[in-house]
Amino acid sequence: MEDFGSSALRKLIDEFPDAVRETHANLGDATAVVDPDRIVAVMRFLRDEADFDMLMDVTAVDYLGRNPRFEVVYHLYAPDANQRVRIKARVAEEAAEIASVVSLYASANWMEREVFDLYGIGFDGHPDLRRILLYDEFEGHPLRKDYPKERRQPLVGPRN
Amino acid sequence: MAGGLPTFPEAPASIEDDFERDLHTEHQVLNMGPSHPATHGTVKFLIELDGETIINLDIQVGYLHRGFEKECESGTWYQAIPYTDRLNYNSAVLANVGYCMAVEKLLGIETPEHCQWLRVMSGELARIADHLTRCGAACLELAAMTPFLYGIEARELSWDLLEMLCGARVTSNYIRIGGVKHGMPRDFPATAKDFIARIRKLLADFDKVITSNRIFVDRLKNTGVISKEDCIRYAVTGPILRSAGVGLDVRKTDPYLVYDQLDFDIPIGEVGDNYDRYLVCVEEMHQSLRIVEQCLTQLKKMGPGPVDVADPRVRWPAKGRVFNRMEELIQQFKSVTEGPLVPEGEGYFAIESANGELGFYLVSDGSAVPVKVRCRPPSFINLAPMGGMLKGAMLADLIPTFDFINMIGGECDR
Repeated sequence: MEDFGSSALRKLIDEFPDAVRETHANLGDATAVVDPDRIVAVMRFLRDEADFDMLMDVTAVDYLGRNPRFEVVYHLYAPDANQRVRIKARVAEEAAEIASVVSLYASANWMEREVFDLYGIGFDGHPDLRRILLYDEFEGHPLRKDYPKERRQPLVGPRN
Repeated sequence: MAGGLPTFPEAPASIEDDFERDLHTEHQVLNMGPSHPATHGTVKFLIELDGETIINLDIQVGYLHRGFEKECESGTWYQAIPYTDRLNYNSAVLANVGYCMAVEKLLGIETPEHCQWLRVMSGELARIADHLTRCGAACLELAAMTPFLYGIEARELSWDLLEMLCGARVTSNYIRIGGVKHGMPRDFPATAKDFIARIRKLLADFDKVITSNRIFVDRLKNTGVISKEDCIRYAVTGPILRSAGVGLDVRKTDPYLVYDQLDFDIPIGEVGDNYDRYLVCVEEMHQSLRIVEQCLTQLKKMGPGPVDVADPRVRWPAKGRVFNRMEELIQQFKSVTEGPLVPEGEGYFAIESANGELGFYLVSDGSAVPVKVRCRPPSFINLAPMGGMLKGAMLADLIPTFDFINMIGGECDR
Protein backbone atom coordinates (compact mmCIF):
# COMPACT_ATOMS: atom_id res chain seq x y z
CA MET A 1 0.00 0.00 0.00
CA GLU A 2 1.24 3.40 -0.94
CA ASP A 3 1.68 6.46 1.18
CA PHE A 4 -1.50 8.49 1.32
CA GLY A 5 -0.72 11.47 3.51
CA SER A 6 -3.77 11.13 5.70
CA SER A 7 -3.67 10.26 9.36
CA ALA A 8 -7.26 9.06 9.19
CA LEU A 9 -6.43 6.44 6.59
CA ARG A 10 -3.42 5.34 8.58
CA LYS A 11 -5.65 4.82 11.62
CA LEU A 12 -8.19 3.00 9.52
CA ILE A 13 -5.62 0.56 8.17
CA ASP A 14 -4.23 -0.09 11.64
CA GLU A 15 -7.71 -0.84 12.94
CA PHE A 16 -9.00 -2.85 9.96
CA PRO A 17 -5.95 -4.38 8.24
CA ASP A 18 -8.06 -6.98 6.47
CA ALA A 19 -11.05 -4.79 5.55
CA VAL A 20 -9.14 -2.05 3.72
CA ARG A 21 -8.42 -3.31 0.22
CA GLU A 22 -6.81 -0.31 -1.48
CA THR A 23 -5.88 3.23 -0.64
CA HIS A 24 -4.74 6.17 -2.68
CA ALA A 25 -4.54 9.93 -2.39
CA ASN A 26 -4.64 10.93 -6.06
CA LEU A 27 -5.25 14.65 -6.53
CA GLY A 28 -5.12 15.07 -2.78
CA ASP A 29 -8.30 13.12 -2.04
CA ALA A 30 -7.60 10.47 0.60
CA THR A 31 -9.46 7.38 -0.56
CA ALA A 32 -9.91 3.88 0.80
CA VAL A 33 -11.68 0.94 -0.80
CA VAL A 34 -13.11 -1.24 1.93
CA ASP A 35 -14.83 -4.57 2.23
CA PRO A 36 -18.57 -3.95 1.69
CA ASP A 37 -19.45 -6.38 4.48
CA ARG A 38 -17.54 -4.24 6.98
CA ILE A 39 -18.85 -0.86 5.86
CA VAL A 40 -20.84 -0.13 9.02
CA ALA A 41 -17.90 -1.01 11.27
CA VAL A 42 -15.55 1.13 9.21
CA MET A 43 -17.90 4.10 9.21
CA ARG A 44 -18.56 3.75 12.94
CA PHE A 45 -14.84 3.75 13.58
CA LEU A 46 -14.32 6.83 11.42
CA ARG A 47 -17.15 8.67 13.14
CA ASP A 48 -16.32 7.76 16.71
CA GLU A 49 -12.54 7.52 16.67
CA ALA A 50 -11.51 9.86 13.87
CA ASP A 51 -14.18 12.60 14.29
CA PHE A 52 -15.64 12.32 10.80
CA ASP A 53 -18.94 13.70 12.00
CA MET A 54 -20.46 14.63 8.66
CA LEU A 55 -21.37 12.26 5.88
CA MET A 56 -21.36 14.77 3.08
CA ASP A 57 -22.29 12.60 0.16
CA VAL A 58 -23.31 9.10 -0.80
CA THR A 59 -23.34 8.13 -4.42
CA ALA A 60 -22.55 5.19 -6.66
CA VAL A 61 -20.69 4.62 -9.89
CA ASP A 62 -21.59 1.97 -12.44
CA TYR A 63 -18.50 0.40 -14.00
CA LEU A 64 -20.35 -1.77 -16.50
CA GLY A 65 -18.25 -4.76 -17.52
CA ARG A 66 -16.17 -4.77 -14.38
CA ASN A 67 -16.72 -7.21 -11.61
CA PRO A 68 -17.92 -6.18 -9.04
CA ARG A 69 -19.93 -3.78 -11.14
CA PHE A 70 -20.91 -1.01 -8.73
CA GLU A 71 -18.97 1.18 -6.39
CA VAL A 72 -20.77 2.94 -3.55
CA VAL A 73 -18.89 6.12 -2.69
CA TYR A 74 -19.07 7.93 0.65
CA HIS A 75 -17.54 11.33 1.27
CA LEU A 76 -16.83 12.09 4.90
CA TYR A 77 -15.82 15.34 6.50
CA ALA A 78 -14.31 16.04 9.90
CA PRO A 79 -15.31 19.63 10.73
CA ASP A 80 -12.92 20.03 13.67
CA ALA A 81 -9.83 18.81 11.87
CA ASN A 82 -11.04 20.10 8.47
CA GLN A 83 -10.22 16.75 6.88
CA ARG A 84 -11.96 14.82 4.18
CA VAL A 85 -11.86 11.17 3.30
CA ARG A 86 -13.55 9.10 0.64
CA ILE A 87 -14.64 5.55 1.37
CA LYS A 88 -15.63 3.23 -1.43
CA ALA A 89 -17.18 -0.23 -1.35
CA ARG A 90 -17.58 -2.44 -4.38
CA VAL A 91 -20.90 -4.17 -4.82
CA ALA A 92 -21.63 -7.00 -7.25
CA GLU A 93 -24.45 -6.82 -9.76
CA GLU A 94 -26.25 -10.01 -8.70
CA ALA A 95 -26.69 -9.09 -5.07
CA ALA A 96 -26.58 -5.33 -5.36
CA GLU A 97 -26.91 -4.62 -1.69
CA ILE A 98 -24.88 -3.07 1.08
CA ALA A 99 -25.59 -2.31 4.72
CA SER A 100 -27.19 1.06 5.38
CA VAL A 101 -25.35 3.63 7.49
CA VAL A 102 -28.48 5.59 8.45
CA SER A 103 -28.07 4.43 12.03
CA LEU A 104 -24.73 6.30 12.10
CA TYR A 105 -25.43 9.29 9.90
CA ALA A 106 -28.92 10.72 9.51
CA SER A 107 -27.87 12.38 6.27
CA ALA A 108 -27.51 8.96 4.64
CA ASN A 109 -31.28 8.52 4.66
CA TRP A 110 -32.17 10.53 1.57
CA MET A 111 -28.88 9.96 -0.21
CA GLU A 112 -29.15 6.18 0.09
CA ARG A 113 -32.70 6.43 -1.16
CA GLU A 114 -31.39 8.30 -4.17
CA VAL A 115 -28.76 5.65 -4.91
CA PHE A 116 -31.42 2.96 -4.53
CA ASP A 117 -33.70 4.90 -6.88
CA LEU A 118 -31.21 5.64 -9.63
CA TYR A 119 -28.88 2.62 -9.41
CA GLY A 120 -31.05 -0.07 -7.86
CA ILE A 121 -28.58 -0.80 -5.08
CA GLY A 122 -30.35 -1.92 -1.93
CA PHE A 123 -29.42 -0.69 1.53
CA ASP A 124 -29.94 -3.31 4.16
CA GLY A 125 -31.38 -1.88 7.35
CA HIS A 126 -32.58 1.37 5.81
CA PRO A 127 -35.70 2.53 7.68
CA ASP A 128 -37.60 3.85 4.66
CA LEU A 129 -36.17 2.60 1.39
CA ARG A 130 -38.43 4.10 -1.27
CA ARG A 131 -37.78 5.83 -4.55
CA ILE A 132 -37.13 9.51 -3.99
CA LEU A 133 -36.57 11.39 -7.23
CA LEU A 134 -38.59 9.13 -9.49
CA TYR A 135 -42.11 7.78 -9.04
CA ASP A 136 -42.93 4.32 -7.81
CA GLU A 137 -44.09 3.01 -11.19
CA PHE A 138 -40.84 3.90 -12.94
CA GLU A 139 -39.29 0.84 -14.54
CA GLY A 140 -35.57 0.35 -14.23
CA HIS A 141 -32.79 2.44 -12.73
CA PRO A 142 -31.77 5.24 -15.08
CA LEU A 143 -28.20 5.89 -13.95
CA ARG A 144 -27.14 2.34 -14.75
CA LYS A 145 -25.00 2.41 -17.83
CA ASP A 146 -27.17 -0.16 -19.60
CA TYR A 147 -30.26 2.02 -19.24
CA PRO A 148 -30.61 3.79 -22.60
CA LYS A 149 -31.20 7.52 -22.38
CA GLU A 150 -34.01 7.38 -24.92
CA ARG A 151 -36.05 4.68 -23.20
CA ARG A 152 -39.73 5.51 -22.85
CA GLN A 153 -41.67 4.75 -19.71
CA PRO A 154 -45.22 3.42 -19.63
CA LEU A 155 -47.95 5.94 -18.96
CA VAL A 156 -49.14 5.87 -15.40
CA GLY A 157 -52.71 6.64 -14.55
CA PRO A 158 -53.71 8.80 -11.61
CA ARG A 159 -53.08 7.25 -8.25
CA ASN A 160 -55.66 7.32 -5.55
CA MET B 1 -92.10 0.69 35.92
CA ALA B 2 -93.01 0.73 39.58
CA GLY B 3 -93.33 4.49 39.73
CA GLY B 4 -89.57 5.07 39.26
CA LEU B 5 -88.12 8.08 37.52
CA PRO B 6 -86.72 7.78 34.04
CA THR B 7 -82.92 7.39 34.12
CA PHE B 8 -80.63 9.98 32.58
CA PRO B 9 -77.04 9.51 31.48
CA GLU B 10 -74.58 10.33 34.19
CA ALA B 11 -73.73 13.99 34.34
CA PRO B 12 -70.15 14.92 33.28
CA ALA B 13 -67.70 15.94 35.96
CA SER B 14 -67.22 19.27 34.27
CA ILE B 15 -68.30 20.91 31.10
CA GLU B 16 -64.69 20.98 29.75
CA ASP B 17 -64.30 17.19 29.95
CA ASP B 18 -67.47 16.71 28.03
CA PHE B 19 -66.36 19.17 25.41
CA GLU B 20 -63.00 17.41 24.96
CA ARG B 21 -64.70 14.06 24.62
CA ASP B 22 -67.06 15.15 21.90
CA LEU B 23 -64.47 17.13 19.95
CA HIS B 24 -63.50 15.51 16.70
CA THR B 25 -59.75 15.03 17.10
CA GLU B 26 -58.93 12.52 14.42
CA HIS B 27 -55.71 13.19 12.59
CA GLN B 28 -56.15 14.40 9.08
CA VAL B 29 -53.77 14.18 6.18
CA LEU B 30 -53.23 17.28 4.10
CA ASN B 31 -51.63 17.32 0.68
CA MET B 32 -49.71 20.51 0.07
CA GLY B 33 -48.29 20.98 -3.39
CA PRO B 34 -46.71 20.01 -5.72
CA SER B 35 -47.84 23.38 -6.98
CA HIS B 36 -48.69 25.67 -4.14
CA PRO B 37 -48.61 29.47 -4.17
CA ALA B 38 -46.81 29.62 -0.84
CA THR B 39 -43.91 27.38 -1.78
CA HIS B 40 -41.44 28.71 -4.29
CA GLY B 41 -40.45 25.31 -5.53
CA THR B 42 -42.22 22.28 -6.87
CA VAL B 43 -42.42 19.91 -3.94
CA LYS B 44 -45.19 17.98 -2.28
CA PHE B 45 -45.76 17.80 1.45
CA LEU B 46 -47.87 15.06 2.92
CA ILE B 47 -48.78 16.48 6.28
CA GLU B 48 -50.45 14.59 9.06
CA LEU B 49 -52.22 17.14 11.18
CA ASP B 50 -53.76 17.18 14.61
CA GLY B 51 -55.78 20.36 14.40
CA GLU B 52 -53.11 22.78 13.27
CA THR B 53 -50.18 20.88 14.72
CA ILE B 54 -47.92 18.90 12.43
CA ILE B 55 -47.62 15.30 13.61
CA ASN B 56 -45.78 13.92 10.63
CA LEU B 57 -44.37 15.42 7.51
CA ASP B 58 -43.37 13.47 4.44
CA ILE B 59 -41.53 15.53 1.85
CA GLN B 60 -41.81 14.23 -1.70
CA VAL B 61 -39.24 15.69 -4.07
CA GLY B 62 -38.37 14.84 -7.63
CA TYR B 63 -40.91 16.83 -9.61
CA LEU B 64 -38.16 18.66 -11.47
CA HIS B 65 -35.97 15.61 -12.03
CA ARG B 66 -34.64 15.79 -15.55
CA GLY B 67 -31.71 13.41 -15.43
CA PHE B 68 -28.88 15.89 -14.89
CA GLU B 69 -26.31 13.20 -14.18
CA LYS B 70 -27.48 10.97 -17.02
CA GLU B 71 -27.31 13.85 -19.49
CA CYS B 72 -23.82 14.82 -18.31
CA GLU B 73 -22.65 11.25 -18.72
CA SER B 74 -23.80 11.15 -22.33
CA GLY B 75 -22.17 14.37 -23.55
CA THR B 76 -18.67 15.74 -23.51
CA TRP B 77 -17.13 17.48 -20.51
CA TYR B 78 -17.92 20.85 -22.02
CA GLN B 79 -21.53 20.04 -22.76
CA ALA B 80 -22.31 19.68 -19.06
CA ILE B 81 -21.67 23.35 -18.29
CA PRO B 82 -25.08 24.64 -19.47
CA TYR B 83 -26.76 21.93 -17.41
CA THR B 84 -25.01 23.20 -14.31
CA ASP B 85 -26.59 26.61 -14.97
CA ARG B 86 -29.94 24.99 -14.46
CA LEU B 87 -29.14 23.41 -11.12
CA ASN B 88 -29.60 26.42 -8.90
CA TYR B 89 -31.01 28.94 -11.33
CA ASN B 90 -30.77 31.75 -8.79
CA SER B 91 -27.00 31.52 -8.65
CA ALA B 92 -26.02 29.76 -11.85
CA VAL B 93 -22.44 31.06 -11.86
CA LEU B 94 -21.64 29.26 -8.63
CA ALA B 95 -22.59 25.88 -10.07
CA ASN B 96 -20.56 26.70 -13.22
CA VAL B 97 -17.55 27.46 -11.03
CA GLY B 98 -17.97 24.28 -9.00
CA TYR B 99 -18.18 22.03 -12.02
CA CYS B 100 -15.38 23.68 -13.99
CA MET B 101 -13.04 23.69 -11.02
CA ALA B 102 -13.72 20.00 -10.46
CA VAL B 103 -12.82 19.27 -14.08
CA GLU B 104 -9.73 21.47 -13.74
CA LYS B 105 -8.75 19.46 -10.68
CA LEU B 106 -8.75 16.30 -12.80
CA LEU B 107 -6.91 18.05 -15.60
CA GLY B 108 -4.39 19.59 -13.22
CA ILE B 109 -5.02 23.11 -14.50
CA GLU B 110 -4.34 26.28 -12.55
CA THR B 111 -6.35 29.17 -13.95
CA PRO B 112 -4.79 32.62 -14.42
CA GLU B 113 -5.24 35.17 -11.66
CA HIS B 114 -7.42 37.43 -13.74
CA CYS B 115 -9.89 34.63 -14.31
CA GLN B 116 -9.93 33.75 -10.62
CA TRP B 117 -10.91 37.28 -9.60
CA LEU B 118 -13.62 37.36 -12.25
CA ARG B 119 -14.96 34.03 -11.04
CA VAL B 120 -15.10 35.24 -7.46
CA MET B 121 -16.78 38.48 -8.45
CA SER B 122 -19.45 36.90 -10.63
CA GLY B 123 -20.01 34.18 -8.05
CA GLU B 124 -20.58 36.70 -5.29
CA LEU B 125 -23.04 38.65 -7.45
CA ALA B 126 -24.91 35.38 -7.96
CA ARG B 127 -24.84 34.72 -4.21
CA ILE B 128 -26.42 38.12 -3.58
CA ALA B 129 -29.15 37.34 -6.10
CA ASP B 130 -29.79 34.00 -4.43
CA HIS B 131 -30.05 35.42 -0.92
CA LEU B 132 -32.29 38.22 -2.15
CA THR B 133 -34.64 35.69 -3.71
CA ARG B 134 -34.68 33.71 -0.50
CA CYS B 135 -35.41 36.70 1.76
CA GLY B 136 -37.72 38.45 -0.70
CA ALA B 137 -39.78 35.39 -1.52
CA ALA B 138 -40.05 34.53 2.18
CA CYS B 139 -41.63 37.94 2.79
CA LEU B 140 -43.98 37.42 -0.12
CA GLU B 141 -45.08 34.05 1.14
CA LEU B 142 -45.67 35.53 4.57
CA ALA B 143 -47.99 38.00 2.81
CA ALA B 144 -45.65 40.98 2.80
CA MET B 145 -45.56 42.19 -0.79
CA THR B 146 -43.57 45.42 -0.35
CA PRO B 147 -40.24 44.04 0.88
CA PHE B 148 -40.39 41.44 -1.86
CA LEU B 149 -40.39 44.24 -4.41
CA TYR B 150 -37.35 45.88 -2.77
CA GLY B 151 -35.58 42.54 -2.79
CA ILE B 152 -36.43 41.81 -6.39
CA GLU B 153 -35.35 45.27 -7.50
CA ALA B 154 -31.98 44.68 -5.88
CA ARG B 155 -31.77 41.23 -7.41
CA GLU B 156 -32.50 42.73 -10.78
CA LEU B 157 -29.52 45.07 -10.34
CA SER B 158 -27.31 42.14 -9.48
CA TRP B 159 -28.59 40.22 -12.49
CA ASP B 160 -28.09 43.28 -14.70
CA LEU B 161 -24.45 43.28 -13.69
CA LEU B 162 -24.20 39.59 -14.48
CA GLU B 163 -25.87 40.25 -17.82
CA MET B 164 -23.23 42.86 -18.63
CA LEU B 165 -20.58 40.33 -17.77
CA CYS B 166 -22.05 37.14 -19.21
CA GLY B 167 -24.75 38.16 -21.66
CA ALA B 168 -27.56 36.45 -19.78
CA ARG B 169 -29.40 37.31 -16.62
CA VAL B 170 -30.19 33.92 -15.18
CA THR B 171 -28.51 31.02 -16.95
CA SER B 172 -25.22 32.79 -17.38
CA ASN B 173 -23.04 29.97 -18.77
CA TYR B 174 -20.07 32.22 -18.07
CA ILE B 175 -17.38 29.91 -16.73
CA ARG B 176 -15.31 27.73 -19.02
CA ILE B 177 -12.98 24.86 -18.23
CA GLY B 178 -9.72 26.70 -17.71
CA GLY B 179 -11.11 30.21 -17.77
CA VAL B 180 -14.12 32.42 -18.21
CA LYS B 181 -15.93 33.32 -21.41
CA HIS B 182 -14.42 36.79 -21.63
CA GLY B 183 -13.19 39.63 -19.43
CA MET B 184 -15.14 42.60 -18.12
CA PRO B 185 -16.64 45.11 -20.52
CA ARG B 186 -14.94 48.51 -20.28
CA ASP B 187 -17.83 50.28 -18.57
CA PHE B 188 -18.45 47.46 -16.09
CA PRO B 189 -16.51 48.86 -13.08
CA ALA B 190 -18.31 52.21 -13.18
CA THR B 191 -21.74 50.58 -13.53
CA ALA B 192 -20.92 48.07 -10.81
CA LYS B 193 -19.93 50.84 -8.42
CA ASP B 194 -23.20 52.62 -9.05
CA PHE B 195 -25.27 49.45 -8.75
CA ILE B 196 -23.55 48.33 -5.56
CA ALA B 197 -24.50 51.65 -3.98
CA ARG B 198 -28.08 51.15 -5.14
CA ILE B 199 -28.18 47.56 -3.84
CA ARG B 200 -26.90 48.81 -0.47
CA LYS B 201 -29.64 51.44 -0.40
CA LEU B 202 -32.29 48.84 -1.22
CA LEU B 203 -30.93 46.48 1.41
CA ALA B 204 -31.16 49.31 3.95
CA ASP B 205 -34.78 49.93 2.95
CA PHE B 206 -35.50 46.21 3.12
CA ASP B 207 -33.96 46.16 6.55
CA LYS B 208 -36.08 49.08 7.75
CA VAL B 209 -39.30 47.56 6.50
CA ILE B 210 -38.87 44.04 7.71
CA THR B 211 -36.07 43.23 10.18
CA SER B 212 -37.82 44.55 13.27
CA ASN B 213 -41.34 44.25 11.91
CA ARG B 214 -43.38 42.70 14.68
CA ILE B 215 -45.37 40.32 12.49
CA PHE B 216 -42.32 39.17 10.57
CA VAL B 217 -40.30 38.60 13.73
CA ASP B 218 -43.13 36.70 15.40
CA ARG B 219 -43.49 34.40 12.43
CA LEU B 220 -39.75 33.70 12.27
CA LYS B 221 -38.45 33.68 15.85
CA ASN B 222 -38.20 30.20 17.32
CA THR B 223 -39.78 28.54 14.33
CA GLY B 224 -38.06 25.82 12.35
CA VAL B 225 -35.31 25.45 14.94
CA ILE B 226 -32.50 23.02 14.23
CA SER B 227 -29.70 22.35 16.67
CA LYS B 228 -26.01 22.34 15.94
CA GLU B 229 -25.83 18.59 16.50
CA ASP B 230 -28.71 17.85 14.15
CA CYS B 231 -27.11 20.00 11.47
CA ILE B 232 -23.96 17.92 11.72
CA ARG B 233 -25.88 14.65 11.74
CA TYR B 234 -27.79 15.63 8.64
CA ALA B 235 -24.69 17.15 6.97
CA VAL B 236 -26.55 20.44 6.63
CA THR B 237 -24.32 23.22 5.31
CA GLY B 238 -24.57 26.85 4.32
CA PRO B 239 -26.59 29.56 6.07
CA ILE B 240 -28.67 26.98 7.95
CA LEU B 241 -25.59 25.46 9.58
CA ARG B 242 -24.11 28.88 10.29
CA SER B 243 -27.35 30.13 11.81
CA ALA B 244 -27.12 27.23 14.26
CA GLY B 245 -23.76 28.55 15.43
CA VAL B 246 -21.23 26.54 13.42
CA GLY B 247 -18.93 28.79 11.42
CA LEU B 248 -18.22 26.40 8.58
CA ASP B 249 -17.81 27.91 5.15
CA VAL B 250 -15.76 26.29 2.39
CA ARG B 251 -14.52 29.75 1.40
CA LYS B 252 -12.74 29.89 4.77
CA THR B 253 -12.04 26.24 5.59
CA ASP B 254 -10.66 25.27 2.15
CA PRO B 255 -10.12 28.59 0.37
CA TYR B 256 -10.33 28.12 -3.38
CA LEU B 257 -9.77 30.74 -6.10
CA VAL B 258 -8.58 33.93 -4.38
CA TYR B 259 -10.77 33.78 -1.28
CA ASP B 260 -7.68 33.64 0.93
CA GLN B 261 -6.68 37.10 -0.29
CA LEU B 262 -10.06 38.64 0.41
CA ASP B 263 -11.22 40.32 3.55
CA PHE B 264 -14.68 39.13 4.57
CA ASP B 265 -16.43 37.71 7.61
CA ILE B 266 -18.62 34.70 8.15
CA PRO B 267 -21.73 35.63 10.12
CA ILE B 268 -23.04 33.00 12.51
CA GLY B 269 -26.28 32.77 14.46
CA GLU B 270 -27.11 31.37 17.87
CA VAL B 271 -30.50 29.70 17.95
CA GLY B 272 -30.76 28.12 14.52
CA ASP B 273 -34.28 29.41 13.89
CA ASN B 274 -35.68 31.10 10.81
CA TYR B 275 -34.94 34.57 12.12
CA ASP B 276 -31.25 33.72 12.56
CA ARG B 277 -31.20 32.35 9.04
CA TYR B 278 -32.68 35.59 7.78
CA LEU B 279 -30.06 37.66 9.64
CA VAL B 280 -27.22 35.44 8.44
CA CYS B 281 -28.37 35.79 4.83
CA VAL B 282 -28.66 39.57 5.07
CA GLU B 283 -25.19 39.86 6.56
CA GLU B 284 -23.76 37.52 3.91
CA MET B 285 -25.11 39.83 1.23
CA HIS B 286 -23.24 42.76 2.78
CA GLN B 287 -20.10 40.64 2.95
CA SER B 288 -20.55 39.62 -0.69
CA LEU B 289 -20.84 43.27 -1.70
CA ARG B 290 -17.57 43.90 0.10
CA ILE B 291 -15.98 41.05 -1.83
CA VAL B 292 -17.26 42.39 -5.15
CA GLU B 293 -15.75 45.80 -4.34
CA GLN B 294 -12.42 44.23 -3.48
CA CYS B 295 -12.50 42.27 -6.74
CA LEU B 296 -13.17 45.45 -8.71
CA THR B 297 -10.27 47.21 -7.02
CA GLN B 298 -7.96 44.31 -7.66
CA LEU B 299 -9.01 43.91 -11.29
CA LYS B 300 -8.43 47.62 -11.84
CA LYS B 301 -5.00 47.34 -10.26
CA MET B 302 -4.06 44.33 -12.40
CA GLY B 303 -5.15 45.87 -15.69
CA PRO B 304 -6.06 43.72 -18.65
CA GLY B 305 -4.74 40.19 -18.70
CA PRO B 306 -5.49 36.69 -19.97
CA VAL B 307 -8.72 35.14 -18.68
CA ASP B 308 -7.99 31.71 -20.13
CA VAL B 309 -5.32 29.24 -19.25
CA ALA B 310 -2.72 28.78 -21.99
CA ASP B 311 -3.25 25.05 -22.21
CA PRO B 312 -3.92 23.62 -25.67
CA ARG B 313 -6.05 20.85 -24.17
CA VAL B 314 -8.80 23.29 -23.24
CA ARG B 315 -8.04 26.44 -25.18
CA TRP B 316 -8.95 26.96 -28.79
CA PRO B 317 -6.12 28.02 -31.10
CA ALA B 318 -6.05 31.58 -32.43
CA LYS B 319 -8.45 32.04 -35.35
CA GLY B 320 -5.77 33.42 -37.68
CA ARG B 321 -3.74 30.26 -37.34
CA VAL B 322 -6.79 28.00 -37.70
CA PHE B 323 -7.44 29.44 -41.13
CA ASN B 324 -3.85 29.12 -42.30
CA ARG B 325 -2.33 26.06 -40.71
CA MET B 326 -3.26 22.41 -40.77
CA GLU B 327 -2.33 21.53 -37.16
CA GLU B 328 -4.36 24.32 -35.65
CA LEU B 329 -7.28 23.46 -37.89
CA ILE B 330 -7.22 19.89 -36.61
CA GLN B 331 -6.86 21.08 -33.04
CA GLN B 332 -9.81 23.42 -33.45
CA PHE B 333 -11.88 20.58 -34.91
CA LYS B 334 -10.99 18.26 -32.05
CA SER B 335 -11.62 20.95 -29.44
CA VAL B 336 -15.07 21.68 -30.83
CA THR B 337 -16.23 18.12 -31.41
CA GLU B 338 -14.89 16.42 -28.32
CA GLY B 339 -13.33 19.00 -26.06
CA PRO B 340 -10.70 18.10 -23.49
CA LEU B 341 -9.68 14.51 -22.82
CA VAL B 342 -9.67 14.34 -19.05
CA PRO B 343 -7.05 12.02 -17.53
CA GLU B 344 -8.28 8.85 -15.90
CA GLY B 345 -9.13 9.26 -12.26
CA GLU B 346 -11.62 10.56 -9.77
CA GLY B 347 -11.87 13.78 -7.85
CA TYR B 348 -14.20 15.65 -5.52
CA PHE B 349 -14.24 19.41 -5.45
CA ALA B 350 -16.49 21.52 -3.26
CA ILE B 351 -17.31 25.19 -3.28
CA GLU B 352 -19.55 27.27 -1.05
CA SER B 353 -22.70 27.92 -2.98
CA ALA B 354 -25.50 30.12 -1.69
CA ASN B 355 -27.17 27.10 -0.09
CA GLY B 356 -24.12 25.36 1.28
CA GLU B 357 -21.46 22.99 0.11
CA LEU B 358 -21.89 22.32 -3.59
CA GLY B 359 -19.59 19.46 -4.48
CA PHE B 360 -18.83 17.70 -7.70
CA TYR B 361 -17.51 14.16 -7.71
CA LEU B 362 -16.21 13.31 -11.16
CA VAL B 363 -14.90 10.06 -12.54
CA SER B 364 -13.09 9.91 -15.85
CA ASP B 365 -11.83 6.96 -17.85
CA GLY B 366 -9.53 9.17 -19.90
CA SER B 367 -12.02 9.83 -22.67
CA ALA B 368 -13.96 12.89 -23.79
CA VAL B 369 -17.13 11.69 -22.05
CA PRO B 370 -17.41 11.59 -18.25
CA VAL B 371 -18.11 8.28 -16.53
CA LYS B 372 -19.72 9.98 -13.59
CA VAL B 373 -20.77 13.51 -12.81
CA ARG B 374 -22.17 13.60 -9.33
CA CYS B 375 -23.44 16.85 -7.94
CA ARG B 376 -23.71 17.05 -4.17
CA PRO B 377 -26.81 19.20 -4.03
CA PRO B 378 -27.03 21.33 -0.88
CA SER B 379 -30.76 21.98 -1.44
CA PHE B 380 -31.55 18.27 -1.38
CA ILE B 381 -29.45 17.50 1.65
CA ASN B 382 -30.62 20.56 3.59
CA LEU B 383 -34.25 19.68 2.95
CA ALA B 384 -33.96 16.19 4.45
CA PRO B 385 -34.14 17.27 8.14
CA MET B 386 -37.16 19.53 7.57
CA GLY B 387 -39.61 16.82 8.60
CA GLY B 388 -37.94 16.59 12.00
CA MET B 389 -37.61 20.35 12.37
CA LEU B 390 -41.36 20.82 12.03
CA LYS B 391 -42.64 17.94 14.13
CA GLY B 392 -45.01 19.44 16.67
CA ALA B 393 -44.94 22.85 15.04
CA MET B 394 -47.88 24.76 13.64
CA LEU B 395 -48.82 24.31 10.04
CA ALA B 396 -48.16 28.00 9.39
CA ASP B 397 -44.51 27.57 10.45
CA LEU B 398 -43.95 25.31 7.49
CA ILE B 399 -43.96 28.25 5.10
CA PRO B 400 -41.10 30.34 6.55
CA THR B 401 -39.07 27.22 7.35
CA PHE B 402 -39.33 25.97 3.80
CA ASP B 403 -38.50 29.45 2.50
CA PHE B 404 -35.34 29.78 4.52
CA ILE B 405 -34.17 26.27 3.74
CA ASN B 406 -34.37 27.64 0.20
CA MET B 407 -34.94 24.41 -1.62
CA ILE B 408 -34.33 25.10 -5.27
CA GLY B 409 -36.11 22.50 -7.37
CA GLY B 410 -33.54 22.51 -10.13
CA GLU B 411 -30.77 21.62 -7.74
CA CYS B 412 -32.73 19.41 -5.36
CA ASP B 413 -34.25 17.21 -8.04
CA ARG B 414 -31.57 17.52 -10.74
